[in-house]
Amino acid sequence: MQKTVSLTVNGRPVSATVEGRTLLVQLLREQLGLTGTHVGCDTSQCGACVVHVDGEAVKSCTLLALQAEGRSVLTIEGVATGDTLHPMQEAFRNNHALQCGFCTPGMVMSALDLVKNNPNPTEREVREYLEGNLCRCTGYHTIVLAILEGAAVMRGEAPPANVHGAAAE
Amino acid sequence: MYEFNYHKPASLDEIANLLAANDEAKLLAGGMTLLPTLKQRLARPSDLIDLAAITSLRGITDAGDAIVIGAMTRHAEVNRSPVVKQGLPALAAMAGMIGDPAVRNRGTIGGSISNNDPAADYPSALVALNATVHTTKREIAADNFFTGMFETALEPAEIVTAVRFPKLQIANYQKFRNPASRYAIVGVFVARFPNAVRVAVTGAGPVVFRVPEMEAALTQNFSPDAIKDITIKEDGLNSDIHASAEYRAHLVGVMARRAVAACG
Ligand SMILES: Cc1cc2nc3c(=O)[nH]c(=O)nc-3n(C[C@H](O)[C@H](O)[C@H](O)COP(=O)(O)OP(=O)(O)OC[C@H]3O[C@@H](n4cnc5c(N)ncnc54)[C@H](O)[C@@H]3O)c2cc1C
Ligand code: FES
Ligand code: FES
Repeated sequence: MQKTVSLTVNGRPVSATVEGRTLLVQLLREQLGLTGTHVGCDTSQCGACVVHVDGEAVKSCTLLALQAEGRSVLTIEGVATGDTLHPMQEAFRNNHALQCGFCTPGMVMSALDLVKNNPNPTEREVREYLEGNLCRCTGYHTIVLAILEGAAVMRGEAPPANVHGAAAE
Repeated sequence: MYEFNYHKPASLDEIANLLAANDEAKLLAGGMTLLPTLKQRLARPSDLIDLAAITSLRGITDAGDAIVIGAMTRHAEVNRSPVVKQGLPALAAMAGMIGDPAVRNRGTIGGSISNNDPAADYPSALVALNATVHTTKREIAADNFFTGMFETALEPAEIVTAVRFPKLQIANYQKFRNPASRYAIVGVFVARFPNAVRVAVTGAGPVVFRVPEMEAALTQNFSPDAIKDITIKEDGLNSDIHASAEYRAHLVGVMARRAVAACG
């Protein structure tokens, strides 16, 4: 069954023809060419596919494209402003919070969701919020530091010392 | 996933008609259980009927001495609701332990109880708190709602509309989580009412169950010591790669004592 779905993606209105079973992540990656959102598992557990729908973090591998009808979707491609990275992306770069980078788009989207609900999270709260985001490379340590730094910069504070003991540029 | 027809009807009547006309159709709530099942091709519904447009199924109502939670209310909303935090803090805390933040932004109370996974958290809360399930046809006491593994008292084409919980301050849920799936290996919900205590266990058996010996002992003396000698038989309990039946039986005692201690 083919249907038309209309939604907003990174601020732009989009329409596409999808099947009932088309997942939001398939629409984003295969039809809209937005391959920043990754698919890491088939079991809704890894969080590589996290995007925001109407401002909330969801797993785009576990949402039908048709369920996003009329909604506003934000993917990792919509986070930076032109060539200027978002402070949370900059904090990931500054703290070496990625190795292969596969989990990173989902990590950044989850981090932004956390900071929206809790602008000044503790390290423990950051770790708890990342329960649904798996990273095979970093051991999470630098990801947690990056999120604490990104949150501080988003609050307008000076960034805390990073993994190398240096303040962010 | 096999292909299906997707519908998003605007009224419950329309949904009931679609369901009644087609046994191969299935309701879609948050999709956090149903879509992974379809992705694994473990089910092949002809039609998915999305409940998302039915606004009457959403939201949390303060009903004096009770709280009514609409079937499509998501775990994150229950976790953050001032009404639930104030009137039934143990339930708000439990909702915050389900899965992870993205799962809690989609998964619903109606979907969780209709699915009745043996390791789900909500069934223990409904049974311990003596909640009532409201459907499109009737009201069902929680004690009679959860009938077996992935089985409930719901009839075909019957839709959960809401759950009504009494307000209660002295209650606590302790969950021994599977660290990978985040479901309960064993979860125990203890609720202390003015004249009685109810203890409900999830994760340990094929379906949520109460522990009458613990309830009687705690009604006499509400302290962890009162139940320290009560043992749970391992017969009929779940045994899998995560935990043996014997280990689960042991955990029921440990989690129950922790829950009573946490009630203060
Ligand atoms: C990674 C992950 C971790 C999870 N961890 C936990 C956990 O720790 N604890 C836990 O309890 N759960 C956990 N879950 C499950 C989660 O809570 C689901 O939200 C829940 O089990 C199903 O709710 P849903 O709204 O997503 O329902 P759906 O998946 O949409 O539906 C589930 C079933 O219920 C039926 N249904 C839905 N709504 C109704 C209704 N109103 N009336 C009648 N039938 C209905 C559907 O037809 C379907 O058969 C986890 C899920 C994931 C993906
Ligand atoms: S790809 Fe969506 S959770 Fe793993
Ligand atoms: S950086 Fe490789 S999975 Fe996280």
